[in-house]
Amino acid sequence: MQKQDIIKSFKDSLFTGLIALALFGPIVGLRTASKGEGLFITPQWGVVFLLVGLCILGRFLININSARRTEIKIFSTLSSKFSSITEDKAKHFAITGILFAVVFPFLPFTDRYFMDVAIMILTYIMLGWGLNIVVGLAGLLDLGYVAFYAVGAYSYALIATTFGWSFWICLPLAGLFAAFFGILLGFPVLRLRGDYLAIVTLGFGEIIRIILINWYEVTNGPDGITGIPRPSFFGLPFKRSPDEGEMSFHTFFGLEYSTMHRIIFLYYLILVLALITNYFTLKIRKLPVGRAWEALREDEIACKSLGVNPTNTKLTAFAIGAMFGGFAGSFFATRQAFISPESFTFIESAIIVAIVVLGGMGSQTGVVLASIFLIGITEIFRDLEQYRMIAFGGAMVLIMIFKPKGILANRKPTILMHGDKK
Amino acid sequence: MLKISNVETFYGKIQALRGVDIDVNDGEIVSLIGSNGAGKSTLLMTISGVNKARNGNITFNGERIENRDPHKIVDLGICQVPEGRRIFSRLTVEENLRLGAYTNEQGKHFETDIKEVYDLFPVLSDRKIQRGGTLSGGEQQMLAIGRALMSKPKVLLLDEPSLGIAPKLVNQIFASIKNINKEKNVTIFLVEQNAKKALELADRAYVLVNGKVTIMGSGQDLLKNKDIQAAYLEGGTKN
Repeated sequence: MQKQDIIKSFKDSLFTGLIALALFGPIVGLRTASKGEGLFITPQWGVVFLLVGLCILGRFLININSARRTEIKIFSTLSSKFSSITEDKAKHFAITGILFAVVFPFLPFTDRYFMDVAIMILTYIMLGWGLNIVVGLAGLLDLGYVAFYAVGAYSYALIATTFGWSFWICLPLAGLFAAFFGILLGFPVLRLRGDYLAIVTLGFGEIIRIILINWYEVTNGPDGITGIPRPSFFGLPFKRSPDEGEMSFHTFFGLEYSTMHRIIFLYYLILVLALITNYFTLKIRKLPVGRAWEALREDEIACKSLGVNPTNTKLTAFAIGAMFGGFAGSFFATRQAFISPESFTFIESAIIVAIVVLGGMGSQTGVVLASIFLIGITEIFRDLEQYRMIAFGGAMVLIMIFKPKGILANRKPTILMHGDKK
Repeated sequence: MLKISNVETFYGKIQALRGVDIDVNDGEIVSLIGSNGAGKSTLLMTISGVNKARNGNITFNGERIENRDPHKIVDLGICQVPEGRRIFSRLTVEENLRLGAYTNEQGKHFETDIKEVYDLFPVLSDRKIQRGGTLSGGEQQMLAIGRALMSKPKVLLLDEPSLGIAPKLVNQIFASIKNINKEKNVTIFLVEQNAKKALELADRAYVLVNGKVTIMGSGQDLLKNKDIQAAYLEGGTKN
């Protein structure tokens, strides 16, 4: 390596240190503490210098690393592991993944906590797959996807608590409502693209949340909706002591009562819903409308010249993406039995977009990997409480450095030649 | 067949077309030449319905089309190969062709149609599962023409098919355009800056200057026209 390279990267890392100092100085360095009466500022410069030092060192190592054109061993093995999962192998990966997901609840180490995390990851996978239709296939950056999740959850909760209908009737209704809102959002943004589209969808997400907070008569405002009916196993409730003359799940199958029954049922429910989303997306990609989505992402003028109607194409993408968001929302409502606007803040949209982008836009398997990675990381670092968001951010930075186009960036063709085994 | 009368198109306050009159008859190859910014591409976009004409009218087989949506105009049988090819670069060659047949992909002629395109441009057949973006400029142009043909147009609008393409391939592409016109009975309306090639190919031709047609006549006549020779043929395009 050249001497000037070292000097250059040293200068660069000092500059990084300067930025880190500007950021950490006020955020970490000046800590407000309440002593007696009033707030006092206690400086903690030691921590600041430690953090800045870490930033300088990290930047310096990255610089030297890229100058040498070799990678630090741990990163290179990590990134080569990801690249070896190409879309060619994706099929094996998918089958193994689904099999694993099916047997997961019965593995010896699986406990209640693992099941809860798995359900959460699956919910995000489903949301990621739903958003992938809008962002990955149709190329419309939607930063307000959580709005449809919220519409689904609230429609489910309101219908179920008001009319007392079963999960299987409310679910499609909630999906329809969400799809309707998808079209509602679609109309005003038809002519927008890129940044402008992103801003409007962001606003849409906030509008829905604010309506939920303020429309007290219907949504019960910030207090949320409680007592949302739990799903039943095709009519059999998961109750310890069923009502007179009624069967419950454990008495019908002659099992010992366990709260795990319901958890396992919820797990399979979201697994099936997610797989339906995936199956639907894979199928529709091979139909003219799915191909038109991708074409629209590539070039709108070419689409017009070929007779693709961009209005309808965009609206179907918004509607179908929103519908799956609504399904996921219904599941969320029935699982929690309580929903409030707090569950549908912008950070949720941001996480779902992050999952789609980091997974590699349009890649179904990538969404799975990114969900496991991002949600898993935040769970592993749960004990660190507020610092786990740093781990979340760090994970995103790492992916962007080593896999700038997402974990799985290759687009799989929708047509393979007959007799072509590849 | 395609009749453009007194068409005026604006971009905001800027007038790009100042009353254009052009006739394209069934089975003809008609060329429109003109320099940069004369309004050639605007005219094609106006015919396709991507840009709207503020005044004047465009009729296709007697039907007014100037206010229709682009996809309805394609349905009538007018398809454009846009300037700069605009192929879908991340999609494969065959996916691009299928999109060309978007309006009738489920039609039973699809398989024979796609075979016809592969016969016309055999190189595309070798590259079926390759991404559009990895083709050379000339191959991309062939793909763009093939994609437009998949919609079974009666009139094909071509916007600068020679743009940024190796001279050898330009000859091949112009030969295929002639072939499409003669063998498949597709009427061609060609917009070109390569005036010599465009006039040689054309039955009739128009010259567009500042949004107005200034000269019209048969391709051969215009090739001999002194003004045109001075403005468009001398220097640079003497190949």
